[in-house]
Amino acid sequence: MPTITFVEPDGTRRDVAAHPGESLMAAATRANVAGIIAECGGSAMCATCHCYLVAGTLPEAEPLEAETLEFVARNTRATSRLSCQITVTDTMEGLVLQVAPQ
Amino acid sequence: MSGVVIIGAGHAGSQLAVSLRAEGYAGAVTLIDASDALPYHKPPLSKTFLKDPAALPQPLRAASAYKAAGVTRLTGTVTAIDTAAQTVTLHGAALDYDHLVLATGARNRMLPDLAGAANVHSLRDLADAERLRAALADAAHVVVIGGGFIGLESAAALAAMGKTVTVLESAPRVLARVAAPETSARVEATLAGLGVTIRTGFSAGGFTRQGDRIHAVQGAQDTVPCDLLLVGIGAQADTALARAAGIACNQGILTDSHLATSAPHVWAIGDVAETPHWQADAPLRVESVQNATDQARHLARHLAGAAPAAFCTVPWFWSDIGPLKLQIAGLALGADRRVLRDDGARLAVFHLAGDRLVSVETLNSPADHMIARQLLDAGLTPPDAFMQDGAPAMKAWLAQA
Repeated sequence: MPTITFVEPDGTRRDVAAHPGESLMAAATRANVAGIIAECGGSAMCATCHCYLVAGTLPEAEPLEAETLEFVARNTRATSRLSCQITVTDTMEGLVLQVAPQ
Repeated sequence: MSGVVIIGAGHAGSQLAVSLRAEGYAGAVTLIDASDALPYHKPPLSKTFLKDPAALPQPLRAASAYKAAGVTRLTGTVTAIDTAAQTVTLHGAALDYDHLVLATGARNRMLPDLAGAANVHSLRDLADAERLRAALADAAHVVVIGGGFIGLESAAALAAMGKTVTVLESAPRVLARVAAPETSARVEATLAGLGVTIRTGFSAGGFTRQGDRIHAVQGAQDTVPCDLLLVGIGAQADTALARAAGIACNQGILTDSHLATSAPHVWAIGDVAETPHWQADAPLRVESVQNATDQARHLARHLAGAAPAAFCTVPWFWSDIGPLKLQIAGLALGADRRVLRDDGARLAVFHLAGDRLVSVETLNSPADHMIARQLLDAGLTPPDAFMQDGAPAMKAWLAQA
């Protein structure tokens, strides 16, 4: 179970034990990470699980994720990701994501 | 106990409970639900949940989120509301409220001929999904009655599981009530490619029953055999409690634009609420996650002290049907013209009422959907050429509009 660090909007760092196979959003929701609203439940509809990648590497965003970010999410950066579209793997130990402001 | 009492812990009730605190409401918040399950996302139940026997329901939020917000979760069925005394009856005892919020949702319609049959299913809540998932192990041929969102999402999931799936739809096309003919055609073709048989214009005239099982659906020309029957023919608002309390109802619980019912200090939100809508002439019941959570947040602001305001959002919906992501923004009521963009892989249908854009439906084109929501929010209609050009053109147009 890799440990993922989410930086909440107020700067609080939350270390979350994630299960391989679940989404980063699901891990954050389970741990009640502030700012991860995940209203659509992981369907890439709402962008309320928007994060910035701070440390670590992730696979490239699929077109669905990339387009949704480009055309909906506020405050997007080059490091923007939708945490609902990323499946946790064992290689993600030490990943750091900052929750984007809504 | 008083404070705010919420009946129903679906998307609307759960959101309201935590939003009240987030908006600064200081009184007690009590969330009552018939099930003791942690409130969960409903949309995955007709997709990933069916396909994976080990899948668990996906909580809307962690148990700690309710605790942190000081929300008291109670399990049980409210049996009565006394709007004069401002109490509800739970487990035979009276519970006081300052404000009561009815978020009782809807129940699936069932064909009367099928009541009580052991291999007949519908899909709305976790119990339905668990029962269906368990029964699928022994079913090879599944017949789905109803070519709406739930029926088609389930049909795609079941086909992916290797089931033989037949969808029976009485209208001339699937999604006839919610989507344009072009969208229906693409969905039908995609499902056919997955091996799903779609029979439109099929009116179920009767059922072949042996004991407590349905073995076939009888049509005008032939009968369609089935091991399992999934009925997805829409839902009815759960208004029983409100009606018994003398609260005004039509198809749903009637509210004004502030979400207030006919009874003082009683409100309704989510699938059960029939509410004036800026895109419609008559009050409307909107069944969607977005409507449920936006109404919840709207009401939370008011109960926490904000001045009353009319609820007014651009509705949006989605449906994941196998490889297709159908997204709809706005309501196509009164639309008399369509602008299309179809490049084979993606489809965008823009519905206009006169000169005004009122709704956009897309297949596998999230960029168009997201821009459509911004256009509808702003009340702007780009020239046809921009809609035909696609999302980047519309984004540029919107930036200078």
